[in-house]
Amino acid sequence: MPDIAPVRPTPTLFQLLVAFTMIAIFGFGGVLYWSRRMMVDERKWMTGEEFNEAYALCNFLPGPNIVNFAVVFGRQIGGTIGAFLALLGLLGPPFALVTFFGFLYAHYGDIAVLQRMFVGVAAAAAGLTISTSLKMWQPLLRERVGVPHVIALATLAGVGVMRWPIYWVLGVMLPLSIALAWWVRR
Amino acid sequence: MNHNPDILLTLAGNFALMSLFAMGGANAAFPEMYRLAVDVMHWMTDRQFADLYALAQVTPGPNVIVVTLIGYHVAGLAGALVATIAMCGPTCVFAFFVGQVWDRFKEARWRLIIQAALVPVSLGLLGASTLVIARVAGHSWQAVTLMAVTAAFTYWLRVNPLWIFTVAALLGLAGAV
Repeated sequence: MPDIAPVRPTPTLFQLLVAFTMIAIFGFGGVLYWSRRMMVDERKWMTGEEFNEAYALCNFLPGPNIVNFAVVFGRQIGGTIGAFLALLGLLGPPFALVTFFGFLYAHYGDIAVLQRMFVGVAAAAAGLTISTSLKMWQPLLRERVGVPHVIALATLAGVGVMRWPIYWVLGVMLPLSIALAWWVRR
Repeated sequence: MNHNPDILLTLAGNFALMSLFAMGGANAAFPEMYRLAVDVMHWMTDRQFADLYALAQVTPGPNVIVVTLIGYHVAGLAGALVATIAMCGPTCVFAFFVGQVWDRFKEARWRLIIQAALVPVSLGLLGASTLVIARVAGHSWQAVTLMAVTAAFTYWLRVNPLWIFTVAALLGLAGAV
């Protein structure tokens, strides 16, 4: 590279569009894995911690979280146009593909073959979710054990193991987590 | 299929409303989508919903794309567009402005506190949904094996998951999962 290597590469608008298009067309069984791989591992536009922070914000905004992420990240890079291009990349190709599938389904209506493939894809997608979760937990696991670990495990147990209603768990855990974070930093 | 404006309005209103409550990703909204499309509106049968869900899952991209299919099924291309924009539009505008505020207060104490508080809860939710997804997908020992192999290969070996998905789809096709 002839240029001086910047500490943190900043994407151009075109790179932004390409990255989110790739996240969309590779993203079988959900796009979280590819979002993290693209942002953190390949393009190095964010650290693992920064990705977790952005993901956490987008997770608690209403609406699909990676769609929110595209808007928030795209806006940082290129304002309204950046947000629009990131969205276009993320939703454009899947929209075209799925509409085509919908057309075929409306005309033939038999997807027994796809249903069978889906069983395999679903198992692999679940495996991919496991590895993405583990990677995203790593920054937390590297920290000295403290309040965040307890909050994360309690949320995991409440929603994932006890299967309590998510809004009840969040209604308790979010204020508690904010109070504790404030107390630790007071 | 019905192309009158009423049905487009119904699609727009319902999906826009749904998106506001879809915290924790599109997966959290699937039960509500089912209730709307099958039980309340009678747009499709149970079987058709399952088919559309499977179609959306084998299409790459965000899981929310299933609303595009529901919209297409109900009102063709116009329905697909209206449902997708209704599901993503209002929340995107909201995310845009929250992102702006979030950036402006990058160094503010309240932002650092909220951020520090949101990350562990979000990781807890991610872990919980991983558990649920794994439990649903792991319905046979073959499926559990495929899941474990995929997790190990992508976590430690950084194998491109596209190869794994190809093999997984073929295994599914052969009825081996």
